[in-house]
Amino acid sequence: MAEHSKRRIAAVAALASGALILSGCAGGLGGGGGATESPGGADGEPIKIGYVTPQSGPLAAFGEADAYVIDAMTAFFAEHPVTLADGTTHPIEIISKDTQSDSKTAADVASELILQDEVAMILVSSTPDTTNPVSDTCEANQVLCISSVAPWQAYYFGRGGTPEQGFDYTYHFFWGLEDAEAVYNEIWQATAPADSPVGLLLPNDPDGNAWRDAATGFPPFITGEGRTPVDPGPYENGSADFSAQIDAFKNANANIVVGVPIPPDFTTFWTQAAQKGFHPTTATIAKAILFPSAVEALPEGLGQNLSTEVWWHPTAPFASSLTGESAQELADAFEDATGAQWTQPLGFAEALFEVAAAVLEQSPSLSSDDLAATVAGLQLDTVVGPVDWTSGPVPNVAKTPLVGGQWRSNDAGGYDLVVVANQNAPEIPTGGTPEPIQW
Amino acid sequence: MNLVGAVVDGILTGGVYALFAAGLSYMFGVMRLVNLAHGAFAVVAAYLGLVLSGAFSGLGDPGALLTAAAVTIPVVAAGGYLLQRFVLQSTLSESPLPSLLVTFGLAIIIENVLLVTMSADTRKLSLGRGIETASIDLGFTSIGVFPLVILLLAVVLLGGLSLVMARTQFGRLVRAVSDDPATVGLTGADPRHVYAIAAAIAFGLVAVAGLASGVQTNFSPGSGGMFLIFAFEAVIIGGLGSLWGTLLGAMILGVVQSVTAVALSPGYKELVGHLVFLLFLVFLPNGIIRRKVRL
Repeated sequence: MAEHSKRRIAAVAALASGALILSGCAGGLGGGGGATESPGGADGEPIKIGYVTPQSGPLAAFGEADAYVIDAMTAFFAEHPVTLADGTTHPIEIISKDTQSDSKTAADVASELILQDEVAMILVSSTPDTTNPVSDTCEANQVLCISSVAPWQAYYFGRGGTPEQGFDYTYHFFWGLEDAEAVYNEIWQATAPADSPVGLLLPNDPDGNAWRDAATGFPPFITGEGRTPVDPGPYENGSADFSAQIDAFKNANANIVVGVPIPPDFTTFWTQAAQKGFHPTTATIAKAILFPSAVEALPEGLGQNLSTEVWWHPTAPFASSLTGESAQELADAFEDATGAQWTQPLGFAEALFEVAAAVLEQSPSLSSDDLAATVAGLQLDTVVGPVDWTSGPVPNVAKTPLVGGQWRSNDAGGYDLVVVANQNAPEIPTGGTPEPIQW
Repeated sequence: MNLVGAVVDGILTGGVYALFAAGLSYMFGVMRLVNLAHGAFAVVAAYLGLVLSGAFSGLGDPGALLTAAAVTIPVVAAGGYLLQRFVLQSTLSESPLPSLLVTFGLAIIIENVLLVTMSADTRKLSLGRGIETASIDLGFTSIGVFPLVILLLAVVLLGGLSLVMARTQFGRLVRAVSDDPATVGLTGADPRHVYAIAAAIAFGLVAVAGLASGVQTNFSPGSGGMFLIFAFEAVIIGGLGSLWGTLLGAMILGVVQSVTAVALSPGYKELVGHLVFLLFLVFLPNGIIRRKVRL
């Protein structure tokens, strides 16, 4: 992984070159996603859509719902081919690629999709490390890219966008840091003392740096709320030791921890926090504990009342524009088919295909310029809520609603995500109130 | 800023590094073989522990993993015996290159076989919440019980092995073979068998390290590279072939990293650790403890 190579600067040459060869081999083995053929039934050539997500590696939990959604969408498009502006109908061929949670692999598979598979557009999701390299590759090759599941600041400013100057072929829909701040603040106010400092667990990656930003990130927001941010400094993903951070938080009496670590790092951090007797009442953690699998990986009981942001929940009053399924029906169908608990990316995987189909049907032609212009004016009610690129905070970005949730243990020995804070998007109902962590 | 606490944390981290470095140091000390697949075998042991603790899950925590470890460690050690006897033995020569290349190739093969069979997902071993999160309050800082157990384990294993090498008949035999295999062969002992037993001990140590690290943090098929780097640095800082030096080197590396994380920034701790290693390599290439006699 890229982080690893950074750390190997001082290693002896033989080992360093070995690492390169090792990672090269790893890349060579993976990358092959399954190409799914659509049966006929339409009169035109199949339209190919590339779909890029992390399906293995540290971010694999983001891709857990992909196989189900791709199967469901392949079946749906087989029966409902898209009708273009010229009246012809076309089957859709979805080509799925795995990034192995590596940003370089993500860019490589995007190039493959564009140059070898000649896809009409690429859908990409899950963390800026995935969306940004793929979007940059698409922008350079003038191919439409629609992305999601990355806070829009990390996507937009992380790629060099300015409030005036956006991008030509790459569009994004998700929430932003301002939403996360509002949601987390609602949970802080309910569960921690008013003057409690806030510990920042932010890695040295696009997400962490966007959250740390002195102008637009969390530190100025925390100060504005009358609290003190405690930032021990950026760390590399994959760290085995968080005692420096834990000591800093403990010495500052931080009752609140906010962060955006990768899932394995949070497992290490939270276990060490318990070992070192650091017992905050509130932990609002993005990314790492979005998934039941990640919360269950924590030592028994340590997941109770951890807070995270909720961008999609079965109780949200939204429905798919393609299948007509409500959010609850989509989650139920997923659980029936896979036997696994629903995860938040499920809704966004579906929504990406909703947007793709809408763009293909509304665009005057299949040229990248027409497709991109269509996205820029698209307004669509999806299973993740209304997506509207005409009223975004910056060009190329549409916002979706965000609420806050906490993990509560259930009778089956696992955890359920319960919505506890919805001032930011009152249309999504709560299922409980914020509670402090009991140690 | 809590420097004393950071030093304590660094010593605890050093315990893990020492466990990783022990096998590497021992194999180098006995047969002048730098095993570049060392980290990869630690990962293999961790996955073996994961699969077996799944099989023994009926025993609950921590019984499942302890039973799995009781199987994993001898199995990996036996694998080390066979590997040394039938693969690595034939690579031993005046030139260090053949064994470097063979173990390097093994590391690549192991990583990729694990990627195919176990996927790139990050995994963790479980000993149960009681053990994993238990804490001791020292006043100025709190330390985890599990890292402390790892540190003690490292001291006991390295110290025990050092004593065995210095005081016992077996230790004398190994040192004799290490010095002059041909002459020892004349006395009736089989040097290849002695080497293979040394490899079995080294692999048993690396299995302990892989399992301990799998409980304390996480692992994935690609983790072997990082394990190897830190083990390698601990061995060089401490002095090649000296087991007590390896323990000391691991502590120094751990303390440098944790003090850097507190005093400078957590982002610099690996880099500064590598720089300290580089300083030793340039100015003190024989390490802190100069070997007067082997081992």
